[in-house]
Amino acid sequence: MSALFIVLPLALLLVSGSVFAFLWAARRGQFDDLDTPAVRALHDDD
Amino acid sequence: MSQASLAGLDAVGEEADVACSHCGLPVPRPLLEAGASTQFCCDGCRTVYSVIFGAGLERYYAERREAGSEQKRVRSSDKTYAELDDRAFLATYCRARGSGLLEVELYLENLHCPACVWLVEKLGKVVPGVVAATVDIGRSTVTVAWPPDKLQLSEIARGLATLGYPPHPRQSADTAELRRIEDRALLARMAVAGAVFGNVMLLALALYAGAFQGMDSDYQSFFRWASLVVVTPSVAWSAGAFYRGAWSAVRTRTPHMDLPISIGILAGFAWGTVNVLRGRGEIYFDSVAAVVFLLLVGRWLQRRQQHQAKNAADLLYSFAPSSARLLSDDGTAREVPIETVVEGSLLEVRAGETVPADGVVVEGSSTLDASLLSGESRPIEIVEGARLHAGTLNVAARIVMRAEKTGQATRVGRLLRSVEEASTRRAPIALAADRAAGRFVLGSLTLALLTLLGWWHFDSERALENAIALLVVTCPCALGLATPLAVSASIGKAARRGILIKGGDALERLATPSLIVFDKTGTLTEGRLELSSWQGDEALKPWVAAVEARSAHPIALAFGRALGACDVEVCDYVQTPGGGVEACIDGQRVVVGSVAFAKARTELPPQLEAAAREAAARGETPVLVGVDGRARALATFHDPVRADARASLLRLQALGHRLAILSGDQPEVVQAVREKLDLTFEFALGGSAPEEKLAVVERETERGPVVMVGDGVNDAAALARASVGIAVHGGAEASLAAADVFTTRPGVSPVLELFVGGSRTLGVIRRNMLLSLAYNLVCATLAVAGAIAPWIAAILMPISSLTVVMSSYRAKTFPEIS
Repeated sequence: MSALFIVLPLALLLVSGSVFAFLWAARRGQFDDLDTPAVRALHDDD
Repeated sequence: MSQASLAGLDAVGEEADVACSHCGLPVPRPLLEAGASTQFCCDGCRTVYSVIFGAGLERYYAERREAGSEQKRVRSSDKTYAELDDRAFLATYCRARGSGLLEVELYLENLHCPACVWLVEKLGKVVPGVVAATVDIGRSTVTVAWPPDKLQLSEIARGLATLGYPPHPRQSADTAELRRIEDRALLARMAVAGAVFGNVMLLALALYAGAFQGMDSDYQSFFRWASLVVVTPSVAWSAGAFYRGAWSAVRTRTPHMDLPISIGILAGFAWGTVNVLRGRGEIYFDSVAAVVFLLLVGRWLQRRQQHQAKNAADLLYSFAPSSARLLSDDGTAREVPIETVVEGSLLEVRAGETVPADGVVVEGSSTLDASLLSGESRPIEIVEGARLHAGTLNVAARIVMRAEKTGQATRVGRLLRSVEEASTRRAPIALAADRAAGRFVLGSLTLALLTLLGWWHFDSERALENAIALLVVTCPCALGLATPLAVSASIGKAARRGILIKGGDALERLATPSLIVFDKTGTLTEGRLELSSWQGDEALKPWVAAVEARSAHPIALAFGRALGACDVEVCDYVQTPGGGVEACIDGQRVVVGSVAFAKARTELPPQLEAAAREAAARGETPVLVGVDGRARALATFHDPVRADARASLLRLQALGHRLAILSGDQPEVVQAVREKLDLTFEFALGGSAPEEKLAVVERETERGPVVMVGDGVNDAAALARASVGIAVHGGAEASLAAADVFTTRPGVSPVLELFVGGSRTLGVIRRNMLLSLAYNLVCATLAVAGAIAPWIAAILMPISSLTVVMSSYRAKTFPEIS
């Protein structure tokens, strides 16, 4: 059980990693337009 | 009505069987090509078709069939868009994008369906050199990147126009950018709050399990400290907007939902931190994290709705004409930005182009479609010396005009400015949630104080504990979600029924009984002419059909629809703009035209002339038919009332709304429509100029809510000023920008659906509020009694929010109305 003292901070580190990944994507405008990609995905291209 | 009348003027014979290979609309008979595999209704469509095939993009037609959408007829124009290459323009509107590329955002007309997205994003195949074209379908814009040394922006604009998407520069690029940055910031706050919520919940689960089954105090305090660390970013950063709102509520002494939210969050967090430090007592971090995250979701939904409204308003000025064809002394024309046109400049306006300035015709004669500006459904014939206004459409032939007023000074310029003013002057209404918030704030704070005082005598620590618990559990989480969820769910459902709603508050306003003002043309009526009576010799009908088949005039098309085709040989065909047509059949001279035209060419029997006058007085358009110098028949035309109008209006009256008509059309025509509908109207005014419409709506809004239903630029100011503005199918783009709601299906029944949907949405909002208040009441009672455990609150809070979500999305707010 004492492994928790190491695993929990590690898990939180992973969480903060994914939060930063999301923030990075948001800043780059990945979520600006949520309507067009939905219709764009249907066109399989050449 | 504009689109209907434009279609009429463009040359349609609606009963023709052959569909245009591009737009799918019927091909008029004179344009049919025998034996050809492709048929086109106009040159515009032919060009688009060949461009699309030439670039190897024919899959567009398959995509479009799949999307089940229809394409608008392409209006051909030889606009060069030279003004877009202007240095000043490039500096204002374009951004550098690295590796020597420039980037610009353009608003596109007619951008509606997945197939459009596909086609426009393949722009590089039509205009070689374009590096990237990215469509935003929600805002109807495309962002184009191109190398300025190899390609000019005007070439790109022409490419878009040939594809049938006339581009307009976006006028307020700065504010749009600012808004986007704010959006991203809110999304980031929401993301952090969401991650915190999930992880604190996991930690809380371990703690609750430990509380029931026993847990080492080392682990317990480790988990409590971990929870404190995890929840801090959410309380300290994500919830910042609530604190700001609460602070301004305190300063302005207006109760606001942010106040109890902030108090709940901060009290829970502070007391939890104290308990972590001293190692005993409850922590409320899971509830606090849930409140912050769920409320930010609500905020984000609300913000997305508001943005759609603001984006549309930005587009208003994009529709004013931006360039003109200036004639120099040697008679050559060159396209210049509209700003360089001064009083007295000679301008050329070709057929199919919009008149760029207010002025006088100095050369040529043509037909003008002023329906956008005046609401007049009949085309206006103009000759030398006639006055004409910017924004009207030159339909028939090339003219030369002398400019008198340009830009903001023109009638359409003033009109657009008044739209903007009107929309800012509109009185805000107190939304249901805000009204509830006031009582709520007072209630929960009083209750917390009473709990504190009540328990103080027995146990001072229990007193504090219970008061804090009360503040946390009554945090109006579900209440904060009640309105945005119900509204966004309804907006989504309405969109699927072809009703586009730009702001949530419009839906709430629609629920109160109001005065509904209809613009007549194209709203209550079809917006096109129809043969209503024929007096005289029936045997003449085939001859009239044969003669009129040669013309593309709206009256000729109406004859075509009513009489069908005829294979009689016609010779010596002459068309007189503003008068009529004449031709030879079987050696006899056939004349079809207006009363004045027929009188000048034939002998007019007095009873026919009287009948013609009577028809005109009834609001109909009389057309006389003469053979060999004698008028022998009278045909009358009217704009028929829509089939669904009367039934829908009756239902609206039954819902408690009052009706009125306010039209730019002639008073006799309005009167005729009123009689045909046979309903009680508050008033039915004809001949109203845009300024008068605005004044009437302004006057009526002082007495109560006014809903304006219209479609032209002439309605735009009134649409913006009314409590709710509804633009109907086929309306001018400027009126779409000014209105709160836009219906993509023709007729009055979408308007009825909208009202029904509005009141049902308000019902859902009320139900949501009742649900969340009931939850709060239960929790508050438990907290006052000192009987609430944090885990009960932690379970009840998400459940109450989930109930609100279900109740919003399961509600049938926009069902089909038969």
